[in-house]
Amino acid sequence: MTGTRSASLFALALLAPALIYILIIVAYPLFDTVVLSFTNAALRPTYDFVGWANYQRIFGAGNFTEVILRTFIWTFFSVATKMLIGTLGATLLNAAIPGQTLFRILTMPPWIVPMAIGIFMWGWMYNGQFGMISGLLQNFGIISKPWPILAQGSSAFWATIVTDVWIGVPMVTIYLLAAMQSIPKDLYEAAWTDGAGRFYRFRRITLPLMMPAMLTMSLLSLIATFNSFDIIWILTQGGPSGSTTTMIIDTYKTAMGSRKYGEGAARAVVICIFVSIFCIVYFRAVRKLSQGEAK
Amino acid sequence: MSHLARTAAVVAADSKALAKPAARIRARSTKAMIDRYKWYEVVALYAGMAVFLFFVLAPFIEGFLVSLKPLSQLFSTPYNFIPQNGSFDAYFQMWRSVPMLGMHIFNSFFISSVVTLIVVVIVVPAAYAFARFQFAGSGLMLGGFLAVNMFSGAVLLIPLFRLMRQLGLLNTYWAMIVPGAAFLIPSSIWLLRTYMTRIPRELDEAAWVDGASRLYTLRRVILPLAMPGIVVVAIMTFIGAYAQQFIFALTFNSRTEFMPLPVGLFAFFGKQEVQWNELMAASFVGILPVMIVIVFLQRYLVAGLTAGAVKQ
Repeated sequence: MTGTRSASLFALALLAPALIYILIIVAYPLFDTVVLSFTNAALRPTYDFVGWANYQRIFGAGNFTEVILRTFIWTFFSVATKMLIGTLGATLLNAAIPGQTLFRILTMPPWIVPMAIGIFMWGWMYNGQFGMISGLLQNFGIISKPWPILAQGSSAFWATIVTDVWIGVPMVTIYLLAAMQSIPKDLYEAAWTDGAGRFYRFRRITLPLMMPAMLTMSLLSLIATFNSFDIIWILTQGGPSGSTTTMIIDTYKTAMGSRKYGEGAARAVVICIFVSIFCIVYFRAVRKLSQGEAK
Repeated sequence: MSHLARTAAVVAADSKALAKPAARIRARSTKAMIDRYKWYEVVALYAGMAVFLFFVLAPFIEGFLVSLKPLSQLFSTPYNFIPQNGSFDAYFQMWRSVPMLGMHIFNSFFISSVVTLIVVVIVVPAAYAFARFQFAGSGLMLGGFLAVNMFSGAVLLIPLFRLMRQLGLLNTYWAMIVPGAAFLIPSSIWLLRTYMTRIPRELDEAAWVDGASRLYTLRRVILPLAMPGIVVVAIMTFIGAYAQQFIFALTFNSRTEFMPLPVGLFAFFGKQEVQWNELMAASFVGILPVMIVIVFLQRYLVAGLTAGAVKQ
């Protein structure tokens, strides 16, 4: 029944709804972004092609390279922290201690609850006058006066990273936990019989065998973090004075704030190029790993 | 068969039968001993767990305590973590402060439900196609679907906005439903395909031999067997749709009566002096449905989260 022409036709018919949906809602807009980036499209219905003018303008303005650099620093620290906390969390959740199931459930809320609502709560915690962080630090005498975390450039930058880490950690943790549990138990038992200690087993068995999962997760996390919008928009809207403006926020402001669709599209294309590079790296890594597994 | 050979076979079988429980006992004791912690290791594990869970849950604890505090205590220094004469007043007042609150909660549910319905209807046949048929370009197409995950809605916002305007969908529920579903389809296909490949192919072939058409096979053989997988996909889609409704709702809809909860609250509290205790109370009411999902469907959830992730 396989391999015949009618089977292929049937499969294509089954795929058609999904294919058409994605072509209209994702592929066409992707194409349209590239086209728009060469025009001066704005609110008015007509527009003209302007060649590379948008690209020349955004790269000529000077602050765009700054935005790119800031996005990479923001993404790097966020992903690195997520992976670190996620690995530690997965190790803890993997330990055979009473309460294991409860702890696993308690890890999930930031991932599952509406993102915006979690961010509202962080917004209050960061409040300088009355928020928890500034308040507790004052109560313990670590700082002497209110600390308006989101009103100062550098602290706002790190605060948005912390919130992004908070939202991303549950997914990383649960994923790495699943990977950890798929490691064959015999390996640990053999090592244990040979007298290997817990830390040695972790370093020599768990970590090397987790490498593929960690690589996959850090790349997926990298892409998600690079595209992170809600957190920064709700907490700071890219401020104060642009210190939390990442490429996504920058694109949104240009397109939806100033209604410069053409220029915004050019900024979006630059994001797409970076994401495509991550994409290629990701598929390469996956292919390399699956070849390694087949051996 | 010679006598000798039969004896040897019996002995072999016997010894296997004898060895089995011993091996099992050994395995069990090894497992028990390998998992035995010294007292300081147990203390370290629980301490680490406490720190980890505090980071994860602190905003919820603080948010809940804030929802109990009267505004006068909220806006007073020095800071007090524990509410004094706390009450649930905010949970009653918020309905008056945000007149559309009930509508926003309904919208959140409605949008997520329709998104889930669309995704399931589209994903089930597609996942079956990928699970069972080898056709030209199937690998490439599957890769293409996965690549959709790499682009966020935020990047494609401008053309999506123009598309919604052309289709006349701006400021309707569809402006939030249609793009929302698109970005949930690829991972759902992936998840369900993995599940369906585990259904034995012999079942399809048996139905085929009995003269069932392909569509009939899908409807009467595969669908019932894939039901647990479809339930997991539906739950994951609903949670995803419920958790991520922000950017499309923020950009493609400006009518208050259509806003889902996150944007409704964002818009309302952006306008005036923030009544933080009521914002937190409203947030908790919005969280409640997913909390119930976590408690009752926890088993499905862990299965869905891990299966979808690991099989990549």
